[in-house]
Amino acid sequence: MLKQRTFRRGGIHPPDKKRLTEGQPISLCPDPEVITVPFSQHLGTPASAAVSKGDVVNAGDIIAEASGFISAHIHTPLGGEVKEIRNIFIPAGFSVPAAVIAVDPGSSFQESVLTEGEAEKLSPEELLDIVKKCGIAGLGGAAFPAHVKFKVPKGKHADVLIINGVECEPYLNADNRLMIEHAGELLEGISYIQRMTGAKSVIIGIEANKPDAMKAVEGAAAAQGYTYAVQPLKVMYPQGDEKQLIEAVTGKEVPSGGLPIDVGTVVTNVGTAFAVFEAVRRKKPLFERIVTVSGEAVSRPMNIRAKVGTPFRMLIEQAGGFSEEPCKVVAGGPMMGFAVYDLDTPVMKGTSGILALTRKQVQEGVETPCISCGRCVRSCPMGLQPTRLYHLIDRGLYQEAKDAWLLDCKECGCCSYSCPAKIHLVQGMRLGKRMLRNLSS
Amino acid sequence: MSEETRFIVESSPQIRHSDTTAGIMWHVSLALVPAGIWGVYVFGVRSLLVILLSIAASAAAEYAAARLMNRKTLSDGSAVLTGLLIGYNMPPLVPLFIPVVASVFAVAVVKWAFGGLGANWMNPALAGRAFVFFSWTSGMNAWKVPSSWAAADSVSSATPLGAVKTGLMDVAGEGGSSLGYLGDIGYSFSAMGEAVSSWFNSAGIAVSPYHADLFFGNIPGSIGEVSAFLLLLGGIYLMHRRIVTWEIPVSYILSFALLIWVFEGTLFSRGLFAGSVFFHVFGGGLILGALFMATDMVTSPITRRGMIIYGIGAGALTFLIRIYGSLPEGVSLAIIIMNIFVPMIDRYVQPKPYGVKKTRGGAS
Repeated sequence: MLKQRTFRRGGIHPPDKKRLTEGQPISLCPDPEVITVPFSQHLGTPASAAVSKGDVVNAGDIIAEASGFISAHIHTPLGGEVKEIRNIFIPAGFSVPAAVIAVDPGSSFQESVLTEGEAEKLSPEELLDIVKKCGIAGLGGAAFPAHVKFKVPKGKHADVLIINGVECEPYLNADNRLMIEHAGELLEGISYIQRMTGAKSVIIGIEANKPDAMKAVEGAAAAQGYTYAVQPLKVMYPQGDEKQLIEAVTGKEVPSGGLPIDVGTVVTNVGTAFAVFEAVRRKKPLFERIVTVSGEAVSRPMNIRAKVGTPFRMLIEQAGGFSEEPCKVVAGGPMMGFAVYDLDTPVMKGTSGILALTRKQVQEGVETPCISCGRCVRSCPMGLQPTRLYHLIDRGLYQEAKDAWLLDCKECGCCSYSCPAKIHLVQGMRLGKRMLRNLSS
Repeated sequence: MSEETRFIVESSPQIRHSDTTAGIMWHVSLALVPAGIWGVYVFGVRSLLVILLSIAASAAAEYAAARLMNRKTLSDGSAVLTGLLIGYNMPPLVPLFIPVVASVFAVAVVKWAFGGLGANWMNPALAGRAFVFFSWTSGMNAWKVPSSWAAADSVSSATPLGAVKTGLMDVAGEGGSSLGYLGDIGYSFSAMGEAVSSWFNSAGIAVSPYHADLFFGNIPGSIGEVSAFLLLLGGIYLMHRRIVTWEIPVSYILSFALLIWVFEGTLFSRGLFAGSVFFHVFGGGLILGALFMATDMVTSPITRRGMIIYGIGAGALTFLIRIYGSLPEGVSLAIIIMNIFVPMIDRYVQPKPYGVKKTRGGAS
């Protein structure tokens, strides 16, 4: 096995809490009676509605079309009648239009099969078209439209395709279970992505706390004859962040303001690779995903395959409901995930987890003055000085904050997590970026 | 679940580390307790009174100042820590009004005049000590012999550093060393020191009773500074809890020790590389200063490299003041002077951001 690698600056060790669900096989969520499918489940421009009230849709139909360059189609996972199109709050805090569909029982998606031989013959362009038609967005959390990422721009070339199986967020095991249970399909998905990007080699990065996943992927690769390298990575947050992963695996740094392709890399999540497999071989659009339902306030933490549009409530109920009153319910991981207002929030393409946390985990506290302990500076994987940025933003010096590399902050949360004064540093960074956007527009 | 359920909705991250500012202050205070108990043991109950008075005055000043600003800050623990450190920096026989003045000055002037916790640029405890040190020199030199000394024929005695300093003024530079000089003048030692010494000597390791007394704290000195051993234990606890990082204490002590080793022997005409490192590292306030005062987060740099530069600066200044200045001790002044440089260090020593080719030096 290869030597463990890691990134150079900062990083933190939050309690990883993987044990709650790492041994739980993926179980299926029953179909809900009503689904609420938001039209913006990806980074970029929201898709525009392709159905209206009263329409009858079939499972797998496009209900909102990608609009603009960075966007993705939205499909309905189940058939039924569109009851209304209304605005809902998604976890990220925005209000977006969503289709509320009364599900017709027994309306499940009919997969069709493309043999491996037929898939072999597909050209990179045809593959990209499939990815686009299937509305695939990155399943790692940020949900970047995949067909945009996999299309290497003219003049650039991909040396390495890095497959992100790090899953460094505490609690989450969705990717871990996927690697354990679907390694074969996953690897085939990777081969299609390699073809689309033209990458010369493939490295699969997995955090060292997932030995079973490493074994499964290495075993399947040997069995199927893939020469992909499995790179173990040191357990450290945010090891799975795109930029840290590139640094750990290749030693290169993505230039400030640049993209991974600028250093000859494309990074994508294992979940996305599996979605590509399903799209190519089963002609199945991306409308369901694996969600880790966990947290100290959940009775039976587990991993659930759920359809987009399923309310959180159903997944929580399947996991045995709450064992105690949660003080926070989070969509995604605890470091970068979003706290939700209520359990009607639907599962989306980027929902990697649903966590019900208790007061003990949240460690809420009253904000006290900064004592310049420097923990935020030491923990920042981007080499920034969060406390200094925060003070600049607090005084309205947004341009100065930009000069101190505010825009390189990706809100991983290491600074806020470490801050003993409980200062909302990440929130400050967000405010600063928002104000800069407002100033420039 | 009930419809009444309301969740907390806030910006990520959704979880936080359990450390708090107040927690840090209380842990530092806790780490100081053993050394204080030792001080009270060797210097008597009056020392406890000095410490408690310092804490009370410091807390009272904090309460009053915060009250003026319409805030409640006593529970953050910082004022108690300041008071504790001031008490530790007092000689055992100090007139009782002095620690009170030092504490009030530290909290009301040095800390709150700039805006309270986090806003001061100089270590309040050290500034308070410096203020009273230069105001009441004799009161701040009221040393007491430790109760552990075997042959104590008087109540007061010079500190080891003071004795050597005075001696050197009388008889400048003959052969010998700081530690040897203590023997020459018949400086007292404890039964414990003698026992440790003979134990080591029987094992073939040359250890004088002075070595043991300096390390364990059987010497005259400030109440909380004498037990280097217990202070080191406290420091290790804080490093284990990741409250104190190694950069400042290690760079401070190492740079100081190096300079002492290279140059201190010249005072005794022994040439370079012959200094009494052990005597100077454990004989005064260095351990207390390097572990608990120089590491004050508010008044030290925020980057690792900055901390190392700051530690080296404090080590060099302590060396200069002790060896070439007129005072026997130099730790407090060295740290205070380095406090002044902290904003400059933080401005010029910045981490190199990820993906940036060249850092714009000293931006904004």
